[in-house]
Formats: sequence, structure tokens, C-alpha cells
Amino acid sequence: MHIVVCIKQVPDSAQIRVHPVTNTIMRQGVPTIINPYDLFALEEALRLRDTFGGEVTVLTMGPPMAEESLRKALGIGADRAVLLTDRFFAGSDTLATSFALAQAVRKIGETWGEPKLVFTGKQTIDGDTAQVGPGIARRLGLQQFTYVAGIQDVNEAAGTITVLRRAEGGVQELSTQLPALITMLEGTNEIRRGSIADVLRGARAELVTWNAQAAGIADVTSCGLRGSPTVVKRVFAPKTRAAKATQVEVKDRTPETIAEDLIDQIYARQPGLEDDLMRMAAGY
Amino acid sequence: MGTIEERFDAIVVGAGPSGNAAAYTMAKNGLKVLQIERGEYPGSKNVQGAILYADALERIIPDFREDAPLERHVVEQRIWMMDDTSHTGMHYRSDDFNEEKPNRYTIIRAQFDRWFSSKVREAGAIVLCETTVTELLKDRNGKVIGVLTDRHGGPVLADVVVLAEGVNGLIGQRAGLREELHPRTVALAVKEMHFLPQEVIEQRFNISGDSGVVIEAMGTITKGMTGTGFLYTNRESISIGIGCVIEDFTRTGQTPYGLLDKFKSHPSVAPLIAGAEVKEYAAHLIPEGGYKAMPSIYGNGWVVTGDAAHLVNAVHREGSNLAMTSGRIAGETITYLKRRREPCDFDHLGEYRKRLEESFVLKDMRKYQKIPDFLHGQRHFLDLYPRLISKAAQTWLRVDGKAKREKEGEIMKTLRKQRGLAGLVADGVRFARAWR
Ligand SMILES: Cc1cc2nc3c(=O)[nH]c(=O)nc-3n(C[C@H](O)[C@H](O)[C@H](O)COP(=O)(O)OP(=O)(O)OC[C@H]3O[C@@H](n4cnc5c(N)ncnc54)[C@H](O)[C@@H]3O)c2cc1C
Repeated sequence: MHIVVCIKQVPDSAQIRVHPVTNTIMRQGVPTIINPYDLFALEEALRLRDTFGGEVTVLTMGPPMAEESLRKALGIGADRAVLLTDRFFAGSDTLATSFALAQAVRKIGETWGEPKLVFTGKQTIDGDTAQVGPGIARRLGLQQFTYVAGIQDVNEAAGTITVLRRAEGGVQELSTQLPALITMLEGTNEIRRGSIADVLRGARAELVTWNAQAAGIADVTSCGLRGSPTVVKRVFAPKTRAAKATQVEVKDRTPETIAEDLIDQIYARQPGLEDDLMRMAAGY
Repeated sequence: MGTIEERFDAIVVGAGPSGNAAAYTMAKNGLKVLQIERGEYPGSKNVQGAILYADALERIIPDFREDAPLERHVVEQRIWMMDDTSHTGMHYRSDDFNEEKPNRYTIIRAQFDRWFSSKVREAGAIVLCETTVTELLKDRNGKVIGVLTDRHGGPVLADVVVLAEGVNGLIGQRAGLREELHPRTVALAVKEMHFLPQEVIEQRFNISGDSGVVIEAMGTITKGMTGTGFLYTNRESISIGIGCVIEDFTRTGQTPYGLLDKFKSHPSVAPLIAGAEVKEYAAHLIPEGGYKAMPSIYGNGWVVTGDAAHLVNAVHREGSNLAMTSGRIAGETITYLKRRREPCDFDHLGEYRKRLEESFVLKDMRKYQKIPDFLHGQRHFLDLYPRLISKAAQTWLRVDGKAKREKEGEIMKTLRKQRGLAGLVADGVRFARAWR
């Protein structure tokens, strides 16, 4: 079974700072990591490969330095890595990104065999849109399961897959035909550590590097800034909230006691409020 | 447990300045080099003030200025003797430091180490991060022939292992190549990064463009312990830190962060960092025992470089340059032996020590070998003298209707009372002898 995993190299958000004066995001010197959600997708793909055989191809679109994330993925155990890089891709929003990635997945299929599954993370930590996975699925006409918490079963003979999907209010068990695209939730598996041989291979492997043309993308007007209708109007740092919220325990308690508790908490936070209310109630 | 089939010419443990210098030198000379770093990326574990001494790097990568992440070149050095409310300073500032190839730069290690590592890769070495070397592998004759790591898949073999594992090098300690660190020979330093807009830094320090100021401070800020404080200007941040010998922390019960807080709120320092956003805290050891605390630095199939070899010149605040130079010389020695088809055994690796003796590294280490003991025995140099100097300066400068001769007499009287004339003379002699 051939599986494609789309990954993105993102700045480590834990280390990003906002310039105190200009409010711009200071990216300089911030280390990059593989988008954490994508790692769960990669691990899930590797597990399926280990069970059913086949190959895992990782794909990323990004600047040449995104090579680092691909080497890391190879070091974790992926079989092949494709870097999609071209100045035409610069400034892509989710529409343009899913366009380019979908084309690349198509090309990967032509070159190494149709993938039965395409994985992405649930979303990226630097964009938070969760749109690219569904965008790829739509363009390639794949069935899609988003927010997947686990893969229950893959039936190769019948060409079906069954997953657990987190939804509001519960977990759904869903089945569909392959090929399909899956966006993976966090915490769904434990990411493996590659062996010494894996990391050596990752460090040395020849990456497949495609520009737009090599990936079979004829229409570069759908790529990058030109293919991106989204406009960033302003970037600003949100105001920090004044104080931390207080939580009131509700489990196994009557509404009356919860309400009393709440009122006590509010009074404790705002000294003088109780007296004011009392005075008002007394008619002054 | 299978072994990786291939064999490397050399394995370098650690991707700090000394490991990078060694790996780069060997890879550049065509050796097959594997470098292993436990951090997420090179530099992620590393802490330095940090001043980069250009010369040591220039001998490895002559055109490093073209793309290395440098913060500011140093045009002004301030050395401060501090008491609780004052500092007496020596400032040296020169436009000569605004030269085409400046001599000293402030850097941010996390960025610098990553850059250096990219050069190591370009030179052809294989660099594995997030991988910890756990043990040295030896053959029946006790020759080191490779390493074991925390990844499965068996040992990796090499003709020689360069231990560039930093100050608390557990691999060398575990293999019995050197002893554990002694609390008297290591300092513990803490450091913070304070972010300020570039313009604010430039105003506060009277600098512009890429020029920068560094301050080294000693005195009562270390509460009578052997140690120093520092404050360096980066482009958009200020590195500030303080460190003391570990044994002194144990003796006094002081905490490193307590000292740093005091240092930061000192009236001479506070205005320099006012309003900054603190973003990074770090603590790290510095090997400060000098020449006498050095372990053996080579053996059968292994050499030690940088902090792991205790190569720090505490008096001049130099470490990374000794690290890079020792790494380079280790790399050159191994290349030399390989080219002559000589084995990297105990006898032949003695060449590394010989070359290091001929360089400034061991010459300087020898020159200052008495300083650590001297400071240990003469605490008044870090406590009493700063106070006396401050008092003298103040007496001298205050205009209060007293005759100048009277003031001079007063200063001399205080000195004599506090330390005694014989003491003063003895201190001077002792200091001169330790320095020589
Ligand atoms: C607060 C502070 C300020 C300083 N200021 C200056 C200054 O201004 N100028 C100056 O020149 N020097 C300064 N120094 C000293 C300087 O930082 C060191 O001398 C220098 O970093 C030594 O380089 P190194 O390569 O030997 O060791 P390190 O830089 O410590 O690198 C060792 C590397 O080995 C890795 N490692 C360790 N064990 C293993 C293992 N088992 N497996 C894999 N990897 C491993 C570590 O993760 C690390 O990356 C300062 C030090 C401190 C703490």
C-alpha cells in the first residue's frame, strides 16, 4: 500500500516572540520543527505500512530549507521524500497550497503508484486553518475523514477503511472506500524514534526535489501569491487578559450551591461590590 | 544487536564550537565524519555569554562574516568593580574596532551553532541530532573503536572518537577517561536574554549600526564568592548573567538566581535593562579550574576537545575560541595521521597534545594556572577591594570643603586599616606571581 503524508515545516511556536514595539512577529532565529500534528499522521502511516507492507512518501511544499523536515521524517522511518519548491509557490494561502500539493500527489501517484491513503495533520500550528487537507481531498476527488482519532481497520481486499472520528459530543465510527484522505488528531499515537540506520539514511538520502514544472503544474497563476485570494489585512498582538479565570466545581452539586459559590467568588474578587449591591437594594 | 556495516574515519560527539570545528576540519579534508548531537538541533543545549573571538573561527572558515549570524562587533569594553551602590569602571572604547574585519562579536549561540553546523554539513560530514551517545565501544585491547547511542540498531564504528561533549562530559567520565568534576573547579552561571528595541539599546549604550558594548563586572555582586557578572549587547536584546564557583554556592547558601536578581537591580545595571521583556533563562557550567584541572586529553582511539578538556581561560573570559582551536587542531592531527596511514592509537594521538602545546591554547592555560587557587585563597580581592576602591573614589570626588591632602590621607588610612600595609604589599606580590 502506497501512502503519502503531507508535512509542513513550521516555526516552533513556543519560541516565537512578538516585537514589543512594532507588534510584528519576530521569526528571526526561531528554530523550525515539523508541524506537531503531522507527526501523528506520519506515525499512523508508518504503522499501516508496517502492517500491510508498501511505502510511505512524505511530501512538503516550502523553501529549500524545508529539506530539514523531510530528512527528519526519513529518519523517523519514511521511505521517500519529495520537496516541492519553487518561487512561484511563495505567498500561498490555503487555496493555492492545496492546489500545488494536490498536483504533487497526483505526480507522486504517476511516478511511484497511486496512493491508497493521503495523510495530513489536523491543522498547522502557524496557520490553524485546517483547510489544506480537505482542499487536497476535494481537488483529487478523495473521500475525506477529518479529525481522525484512530484507524480501526483497513480492508485491502474490499478497499475500505474504518476510522474513529472526533466530533462534537462524541466519537463517530466511520467507513468509506479507498482511496481516502485523513487529517489526523494530536495524541493519537506515540511517535517512534528511528534507528541509527534510519537517521543515517535520512541524513544522506537524495531528496526528490520538484519545481512547479517538474510536479506537472502548468497553471502557475493558481500558485503562490497570485493564486491566493486571502489577504492579511493586519497582524496584531491580542491584549493580554486581565486575570486568570476562576473555575467553580459543578460536579455532583446542586444549582443552588453552585450559584452561591459563584457569588462568593465574585465578591472575593471585587471587594466592596457586596456592600454596593446591598445599599442599592436598600434604596439609596 | 546488529552493527552498522560501515565504518567512519571519525565520530565527533557534540556539536558545540569544538565539535563543529573538529568535524568541519576533517570533513573539509575529505575524511568520512559522523557527528552526533543530543540536542534537538545544534545549539539548542548550549549557553554562552556570548562573545565570539573572530580569530579562532577565521582560521577555520575565513569568510565566516559573509553569512554567520553575528549580533554586534564590540567597540567598547567596560570592566566594573562593584559595591552595593556604585561601580568603579575602566572603559575602553576605540574607533579602531570599527574595522573591516572586527575582532570580537556578540552572538546568540543557538543561532550561531546552527549556522556552524550547516557549514559542517556542507563540508560533507553527517550530522545526527536528537541522538545521545551513551557509551564508548572498545576492542579487546582497550582501543576505542566506536560509540553506542540511545537509538536502537547497534553501535557505530570509527577509527577515532573526538569527545567534544562539553563541560560535564559523561561519556568520557563513564569510560574512565577522566574524573568527575570537582565543585571547586567548575562555576555555575545563569543567564537571561532581555529583549529591547534596537533603538533603545543603541541610545542606552551610545552605539549605532552594528557596534556593541560588553560589560564584565566583579565585586560585591558575587557576595564574596569567586565569580563575575556580565552584560552584553546584542542587536535587539541584552544578555545578562552571573556565575560563581560551585563550591562557593554550597558554602554560602546563595542561589544563582538570587545573585542574578541582585545584579539586575543594582543601580548601575537596572536602567540599562529597564522595560525589557525577558525571554530566555539558562544555566550552564563553566570549567574554571584552569590548567591544573585538565584531564588527559588523548588516548587509545580518542581525543578530548573544548570544555570537556577543561580548556577555558577564566581570566580573559575565553572559552569558545579555545574550544574551536582545540577542535581544529584535533581535526588537523587526525587528518595528518590518516594521510600518513598511521593508526589513531595512544602513541600517535600524542601529536594532538604536542600541537596544542605549541598553540596559544596551552600556553595561556599554563600562564594562568595559579589564578584559580589564588582567587580561592584571597577572597578579599572580590569583596574588600571593590569596597575600598569605591570608597576611595567617592572620597576623592566629593567636594566637601576638606583639603585634598587630608582626603588622600583618609584614603590611605582606610586602606591600611582594612588590609594593613603588609597585607596590601603581599596581595600585590601574590597577584603578580599568579598572573606571571
Ligand atoms: C554563561 C556562559 C558564558 C560564556 N561566555 C563566553 C564568552 O563570552 N566567550 C567565550 O569564548 N566563551 C564563553 N563561555 C564558554 C563557552 O561557552 C564554552 O567554552 C564553549 O561552549 C565550549 O564549547 P564545546 O564545544 O567544548 O562545548 P559545548 O558548547 O558545551 O558543546 C557540547 C555539545 O555536546 C553535546 N553533547 C554532550 N554530551 C553528549 C552526548 N553524550 N551525546 C551527544 N551529544 C552530546 C551537547 O548537547 C552540546 O551541544 C561561556 C560559558 C557560559 C556557561
